[in-house]
Amino acid sequence: MAEKEKMTIVMFSGDLDRALAGFMLATTGASMGMEVTMFFTFWGLNIVKKNEGGIKSKGLARKMLNLLNRGGSRRLTLSKYNMMGLGTWMMRGLMKDVNMPTIDEFITMCKEMDVKLLACSTSCGVMGVPEDAFRSEVDATVGAAYYLGEARKAKVSLFI
Amino acid sequence: MKADQSLDCMGLYCPMPIVKTAQKIKELKTGQVLEVVADDIGIKADMPAWTEATGHEFLGAEEAGGEIKVYVKKTHD
Repeated sequence: MAEKEKMTIVMFSGDLDRALAGFMLATTGASMGMEVTMFFTFWGLNIVKKNEGGIKSKGLARKMLNLLNRGGSRRLTLSKYNMMGLGTWMMRGLMKDVNMPTIDEFITMCKEMDVKLLACSTSCGVMGVPEDAFRSEVDATVGAAYYLGEARKAKVSLFI
Repeated sequence: MKADQSLDCMGLYCPMPIVKTAQKIKELKTGQVLEVVADDIGIKADMPAWTEATGHEFLGAEEAGGEIKVYVKKTHD
């Protein structure tokens, strides 16, 4: 068969709702035979951080940032109506009610479908997120040039 | 419509019926027909888009009650 069509998604946001939208499109794109790359940057890094353990970063500011901005798939909140976690808790319930996959399940599906998960090296540097803060499903830490290299070959590119 | 295999997607929303169809079609032989049973109305537009992208053949949809059945013929490996 001819070379696969490519699709890329920049995951900038760490909001639960936006993350779900990104994963829905990534898994659908892969199902449609596309080679999908997801590039997690800035707040989006929170989606692919491990849920367990602390984040070891250097310097007071970065230590504080990683305490406040701990991240992890199970800590994501809604972009609207979070209401101290109540809204997010309710939305997770509604999603479970209609058998929608969780973020963790979407990440597992992505790996089964060969979706590439990449972390942005600059964001990691600025925010002091070490590579061992990410879950094992993350394939590599790369820069903007690598992302654009993929995006310029892609038929579909999204910024979420 | 007669199908060789059936996939139950009742109670599942986008993107799961399409994701499951993409997995299930691998189990069929070329020329066989897959029936997908779903209740998310999105599937009526999504399945033809999926077959167009993947090169398989969309044979049509049947609707009865809240149940939508769509048929896909596998045209290649």
